[in-house]
Amino acid sequence: MEGDIAEMGKFIGVGLTAIGMGGAAIGVGNIAGNFLSGALRNPSAAAGQTAMLFIGIAFAEALGIFSFLVALLLMFAV
Amino acid sequence: MAETTATGAGMPQLDVSTFSNQIFWLIVTLVALYFIMSRVALPRIAAVLADRRGTITSDIAAAEEYKLKAREAEEAYTKALAEARAEANRIVEAARAEMQAELDVQLQKADAEISAKAAESERRIREIRDSALEMVSDVSNDITADILGVFDAKADKASVVAAVSERMKGGA
Amino acid sequence: MRNKGTETVASESSGFEIKPMDQFEVKALFGGDVSWYTPTNVTLWMALTVLAASALMIFGARGRALVPSRAQSAAELAYGFVHNMVRDVAGHDAVRFFPHIFTLFMFVLFANLLGLIPFAFTTTSHIAVTAVLAFTVFLSVTALGFILNGAKFLGLFWVSSAPLALRPVLALIELISYFARPISHSIRLAGAMMAGHAVAKVFAGFAGALGAAFFVPVLAVTALYALELLVAVIQAYVFTILTCVYLRDALHPSH
Repeated sequence: MEGDIAEMGKFIGVGLTAIGMGGAAIGVGNIAGNFLSGALRNPSAAAGQTAMLFIGIAFAEALGIFSFLVALLLMFAV
Repeated sequence: MAETTATGAGMPQLDVSTFSNQIFWLIVTLVALYFIMSRVALPRIAAVLADRRGTITSDIAAAEEYKLKAREAEEAYTKALAEARAEANRIVEAARAEMQAELDVQLQKADAEISAKAAESERRIREIRDSALEMVSDVSNDITADILGVFDAKADKASVVAAVSERMKGGA
Repeated sequence: MRNKGTETVASESSGFEIKPMDQFEVKALFGGDVSWYTPTNVTLWMALTVLAASALMIFGARGRALVPSRAQSAAELAYGFVHNMVRDVAGHDAVRFFPHIFTLFMFVLFANLLGLIPFAFTTTSHIAVTAVLAFTVFLSVTALGFILNGAKFLGLFWVSSAPLALRPVLALIELISYFARPISHSIRLAGAMMAGHAVAKVFAGFAGALGAAFFVPVLAVTALYALELLVAVIQAYVFTILTCVYLRDALHPSH
């Protein structure tokens, strides 16, 4: 019985960490959308800034991956 | 938990016992790849790229040269064409002037001939007319003398002529 | 749903087994225990990575043709891509580190791509591997910064454009973010690789469990696979471009 409750808590925790990935998704979408609106306003400057776009996406995505990692750790390692 | 990593049921990424193996082989392969890349692959590709850039540059230079040559040839052609045209114009002009001169000479000659002929004709016409007039007056004199003879009138020849010419002047 | 025990997580649930993490297991190639020198599947796939990268860069470009073949243009494309990245992001004086960064890029790229082959082992999905890569970058860049700039390298943490009162606080934040670099650098790559492969495995497991409706997860796995291909390339790109960014900080520490 004790073990079952612990396991339930673990799965609840895993589910909660998945919300963090949603935050990363919002962040990545935000970056891409803002880049697109800026690129449409000044297309000539867009080509030089794709590197910055990818760096920004990588930083935002990393946080989502961290939460995914926490989920994996909870699921398989704890 | 310790037992999950030991049985491999957990995350293999957290299995510390395999870390040394992974790190060892990573370093070995990475160093190998670095030497392959920096000693063989990259210089080769850099050489190929430099070679291509050189070829392209020299090709562009050659193309530029050919373009220049073509322009020169075109200029020479245009010049030759203009010269030939000018020469042709000159020849045509000269021929025309020559012909004009010839024509003028001929026309003058013809004019002179024509005027000479006209003068000759006029002279002859006048001669004929004069002689005709003379003959008319002669005939008139004779006829007058004859008529006077018929009427038995005495008139010397000189007065008859004077009278006839008087009358003819007035009549004519 | 689960009534057996707590130890066998995800190993057996309602009738079918999905073990998304089994694909990451390090196994000795010829049996036996895994010690530090044992040839394992890590060894195999890292060697294949080196072979594939060398094959592209050496045998692909062996014609040295003026008008390149397809493999040669791919090799030249990779060369030009990384070369431009190093020059544009890290500056002209960073071009002397181009072979190092190129090696890193090719290794990560081919490890990611080879990992997408079914039943392959993805070396870059292991935190140990990516941590070694990231800490190599971190340590060499830090050492380089101090060798080239001396104490002036510490100006990286002292934001001279900020108000004086704020500077110590900012310095602390900068310092923390500086030391967080290798951690995020390594976990980003390993996490992205692990996530994609684990999700693909889970979907593939659904295909076996759903019976007649198997085509739904198969289609999902196909779409996911395309995404993973993109992720594999982008993660290699991101790993390299972040290395270039760190290198720029080492070469030009003033903000």
